[in-house]
Amino acid sequence: MENYLSIFTEYDIPGAFWVNIQLTFWAAIGALVLGTILALLRISPVGSFQAIGTSYVNLIRNTPLTIIILFCVLALYGQLGFVLSSDFQNNFFRLAVLGLAVYHAAFVCEAIRSGVNTVPLGQAEAARAIGLSFLPAARMVILPQAFRGAIVPLGNTLIALIKNSTVAAVGSVATESSSVMKTMIEFRADIVIPIFLTFAVGFVIIVIPVGLLTTWASKKLAVAR
Amino acid sequence: MSASILFDTPGPKARRRILAVNIIGALIALGIVAWIILGLAAKDQMQASQWDDFIESSTWKNYLLPGLWNTVKAAIFGIVGSVIFGLIFGVGRLAQNKLINGVSTVIVEFFRAVPVLLMIVFFNVFFSRSLQLPGDTAMWAVVAALIFYNGSVVAELVRSGVHNLPKGQREAGIAIGLTRGKSLRYIEIPQALVAMLPALIGQFVVILKDSALGYIISFNELLFFARTYSSPNGNVLQALIVAAAIFIIINFTLSKLAVIVSRRLSSRVKKDKTAAANPAAVVGAPADLGTQAGQDREDPKA
Repeated sequence: MENYLSIFTEYDIPGAFWVNIQLTFWAAIGALVLGTILALLRISPVGSFQAIGTSYVNLIRNTPLTIIILFCVLALYGQLGFVLSSDFQNNFFRLAVLGLAVYHAAFVCEAIRSGVNTVPLGQAEAARAIGLSFLPAARMVILPQAFRGAIVPLGNTLIALIKNSTVAAVGSVATESSSVMKTMIEFRADIVIPIFLTFAVGFVIIVIPVGLLTTWASKKLAVAR
Repeated sequence: MSASILFDTPGPKARRRILAVNIIGALIALGIVAWIILGLAAKDQMQASQWDDFIESSTWKNYLLPGLWNTVKAAIFGIVGSVIFGLIFGVGRLAQNKLINGVSTVIVEFFRAVPVLLMIVFFNVFFSRSLQLPGDTAMWAVVAALIFYNGSVVAELVRSGVHNLPKGQREAGIAIGLTRGKSLRYIEIPQALVAMLPALIGQFVVILKDSALGYIISFNELLFFARTYSSPNGNVLQALIVAAAIFIIINFTLSKLAVIVSRRLSSRVKKDKTAAANPAAVVGAPADLGTQAGQDREDPKA
């Protein structure tokens, strides 16, 4: 037991989770913005815009996240010299955020599109009847309801993003939890299972409230029809 | 709702405007592609020597195909394993016995909340050091992690598949004298399996994508080979694009297959609600299958 407890003083476990939460936070903002733009492109009446949105989603969604993050670090930074911060460590962090945002934007786009599907036809018709054109109708009538209808898939995407933030390990973000756990179990072969369970339970503690909150919010914010 | 419902059928004036915007959009798209290609060219990334490697048969024979074979092998073991795991615990969650039900629920919820990468890293050390298993422990670590995570997702698919069946199916089973377990086995699960097939194929995409996480523990899969091959040649960027293209082609085909299967089945499968099987599920974390089976996304997971 003492042996086990010593890992908490030797390693900064809450700090490792904090890095994952930060990765998630910034990537979630990026993915939400990019995903909303993509969703707008996909539901627009313009064929070429739809094609851009659809190609993005199909390409990104079918690529492993590992490749995307590796691409950001090895290709963008390593081979092309693309730098997001002058600080060496911070640069890797931001590149990982970029990769996570690009990847999850495709899923946010699909979540919002599925939210748009929950908006009844009459809403779009009413918006047009009072003279709103596409963008004002989308901004003031369709999207507010679509977001509320998309809470469950958006929440699922957020949960996936939290877990996927561990993949930043391939992007040389050595302070996040999967990298820290890797170091720990390599040095403490005697307590491999307790260490794994500690980190696993940490994620369960983060993920389950998000799931409960999503379910609660989706009911609370459901558009009464 | 199809896109066209968001706007009226355009008249002559709107059509002209849409055409104009359409052309602008196409120009923007071409501009982005050109910008990427010229940008790469400006950084000396479009030289034939950097791309030639990937049309040489030796590259494919010695690196990419063996890597792809390992990826596919891990994915197949993962798929078979997670379907078995999913059936066992999916049925467990439907069991009336409180103990079986509780244990299945805890296991399924736990493994759905733990990142696959964490499990891969753990199993890798656990198999090779703690258990000192022989053979390719890295691959078995990947397979085990894929089974635990995706098996839990499949268990939820099984459960929601059964829940979405019309109630009359179970009632009919009980009416002809079957026990609850028998009606599950002979009537409900077979139908649920058919109904969840598109979502299941969508989950295969997640498994295939997640197998690339094996890169981190040096499992000899496609991405790992692409990287080790290209490092000394200085064309990592090109190698990653080729590896991504291979994944995209396979996964895109699988996703299309899911759509076709789902269309084929729509006439055969009776659903209570429309929620039962959404083939677009690819994120990796359908967290609330009760409300949204298959989930649009999916996976985002890795």
